[in-house]
Amino acid sequence: MSASLPHAVAVWRRNASMYRRIWMLNILPNFFEPVLYLLSIGIGVGAYINEMGGGSYAAFLAPGLVCVAAMNGASFEVTYNIFVRLNFEKQYDAMLTTPIQPDDVLIGEILWAVSRASIYGVCFFVVVVLFGLAPLPSALLVLPVIPLAGLLFASIGIAFSLRIQTIDLYSFYFTLFLTPLFLFSDVFFPLEERLAGSWLWLAEALPLLHPVRLARAAFSGRASAVVLWDVAYICIVSLVLLAWARRAVRARLMT
Amino acid sequence: MIVEARGVVKRFGERVAVDGIDLDVPRGICFGLLGPNGAGKTTTLRMIYGVCRPSAGSIRVFGLDVTRETRAVRARLGVTLQESVLIEALSPVDNLRVFGRYYLLREPLLSRRIDALIEFLELRSHADLPVQRLSGGFKRRLAIAMSLINEPELLVLDEPTTGLDPAVRLALWARVRDLRARGTTVLLTTHYMDEAQRLCDRVAIVASGKVIAQGAPPELIRAHLAPETVEFDCEPAEEPTLLDGAPPPRHRLRSGRRLMLYVDDASPLVDRLHHRDPNDQRALVVRPTNLEDVFLRLAGTSLEGT
Repeated sequence: MSASLPHAVAVWRRNASMYRRIWMLNILPNFFEPVLYLLSIGIGVGAYINEMGGGSYAAFLAPGLVCVAAMNGASFEVTYNIFVRLNFEKQYDAMLTTPIQPDDVLIGEILWAVSRASIYGVCFFVVVVLFGLAPLPSALLVLPVIPLAGLLFASIGIAFSLRIQTIDLYSFYFTLFLTPLFLFSDVFFPLEERLAGSWLWLAEALPLLHPVRLARAAFSGRASAVVLWDVAYICIVSLVLLAWARRAVRARLMT
Repeated sequence: MIVEARGVVKRFGERVAVDGIDLDVPRGICFGLLGPNGAGKTTTLRMIYGVCRPSAGSIRVFGLDVTRETRAVRARLGVTLQESVLIEALSPVDNLRVFGRYYLLREPLLSRRIDALIEFLELRSHADLPVQRLSGGFKRRLAIAMSLINEPELLVLDEPTTGLDPAVRLALWARVRDLRARGTTVLLTTHYMDEAQRLCDRVAIVASGKVIAQGAPPELIRAHLAPETVEFDCEPAEEPTLLDGAPPPRHRLRSGRRLMLYVDDASPLVDRLHHRDPNDQRALVVRPTNLEDVFLRLAGTSLEGT
């Protein structure tokens, strides 16, 4: 069995045709979430903070929230949506009567989740630019970070979706996994200044930390060797999870 | 041969769903897999289009090994599944477009095919409404249209008319006959005898994962029973006196009080019964023998499952 890019693109286009119709309901509300955080915490709470990392608090918040937007975009796609397609709509059973193979389904879905993450991330980045919070041109380097963040959270989410038997478990995924990540991954405060040095290594396990650090490096225009570790983390974790997901998808769709 | 299955077995853990099936589907015919629910029909179909791997045996479709050349086989066949797999938020036209892309069809060919299928399955009036607003009959027609988007050489229909009203069933049968007339090979499963008898050139009767008979419907009737059936209510104890002096039937089956006699010519027997039962208290029916009778004889249970 093999993967074929044109067939994966056909799967991607299925999702694209659907969302062209219903994006107002499905995509728009989720997109506003980081915008609201930027307004409330960044500009509201930020008014009481003189300076953070050499600039305004809103400017400190902006790069992290770009990654959060990408994380949300990918996560919504590979959780409820995939679960429904997999378990209730039998969409994949229909695809597998055509030349589409399980590998194409997985690649198409991941590409779509990354696309949706990129739509969210880039739109939010435009908002940040309009607020004057992104130093140009260096902040443009955040653009390749957005799909990387999307890939990472698409991989984590799809692995979770293939593991669980009931849709109710997503409340754990969102409340006990994504929300803590959002709160403790360098988005709101610099983790290394608040966490005892001996615990910092543990924070490296947090998935969101890595894209946030990359985004911060892009916004500041200063990179250190640690960005290599961040890129490596994202790629390795994604590949390992996708390799597992590949077997799980085949087992699920073929008997 | 379009489909050639040899000694196909499928086990799910302890359960044997398909137990050594041999099938030959020649080009250009309509072939029916007949049997009660749970007989292994759907599993057999799933193995033919390659989403289910046989535990033993081999299946060749278009002469290709379906487990090795799955993509090539599926590019040349179309499958209409039992459960509706349409995208509810999209219109029939958009559903067809999405499905056509799975076969890598491109414009302008894709739009031409969609247009022809909308015409062929009479979907024009509803072509741009979201599928969720269509009736069951329209959805089934659309599902069949989708499986024709690649102009398949083999069309696989899993229970194509289950749950449809009579008018829609008739319309769908007409479409299936049109397709066969154009040279498409059709492989369908059904537990409706009338459907099998009207559509199928050949049938394989499946029970408990095995093919128990295979052939053209009239041939099967001739080989296993007789062309005419006389059925009436009759307690076992009354039988000897009631039938005394009547020509012996080729075969007889009993289901509770109902006795069915299979004969080459019903009239002497019917005369006899009228004579013994002038007021017709026995709900006497004379009818052509059908595949349901063949199934009853071979499997000892009814097709609807008892």
